[in-house]
Amino acid sequence: MSISIQRADFDVAAELAALRAGRTQVGALVSFTGLVRDFSENGNIENIYLEHYPGMSEQALEQIVADANRRWQLLGVRVIHRVGELHPNDQIVLVATASAHRADAFAACEFIMDYLKTSAPFWKREQTAQGAKWLDTKESDVERAKRWDTPGDKR
Amino acid sequence: MKIKLLYFGRPRENLRLSNEAAELPAGITNVADLLAWLRTRGPEWAGELADNRVRCAVNQELGMLSTPLRDGDEVAFFSPISGG
Repeated sequence: MSISIQRADFDVAAELAALRAGRTQVGALVSFTGLVRDFSENGNIENIYLEHYPGMSEQALEQIVADANRRWQLLGVRVIHRVGELHPNDQIVLVATASAHRADAFAACEFIMDYLKTSAPFWKREQTAQGAKWLDTKESDVERAKRWDTPGDKR
Repeated sequence: MKIKLLYFGRPRENLRLSNEAAELPAGITNVADLLAWLRTRGPEWAGELADNRVRCAVNQELGMLSTPLRDGDEVAFFSPISGG
């Protein structure tokens, strides 16, 4: 597993190629890419600024990936989260999972993303014509993450 | 008791402070006590560090009001997490 927090953009195709390179047991590769939208409830977005807690953010992502590895049979995981100033259509985050079969890869990718949203220390400030605003955790994201705690819902 | 304080997100920007070393007065034993003490710095602090606006981590683990503090701890205060 490999985790990066960086200002630089990433190449999804190259990351997926690296995740399967030389791993002939991999039968499924799933990836999620989060992008900067140009709209929000605060108006049209000019840019966003992403900040993180160096040290804790890496540790939190490692913990989430370790939890995913305990729940599903994974052959590889790649997480990249960008920080700094980003603009609409820019890539923010990549979560990619490799496994022998698609069910584990799909579930683990969604799990990692759901927990990243609610427990990894990153903060987003949106700049719109109305001014700058630090975003709050979305209640819908909290609910999504909680679903994984439901007994029996191991999927 | 001496601790390291870090600020991220909204409180970092609004309080214009990202880190400080703090010598805590006697009687501060947990995050709730620390917040109450920091809020006495002024209305700006009281507003930014209001219970419903601020989240915390102690030694890089998410914490709660009841999380105990010890000498040398790293305590971070920040706005609700909003990455991804």
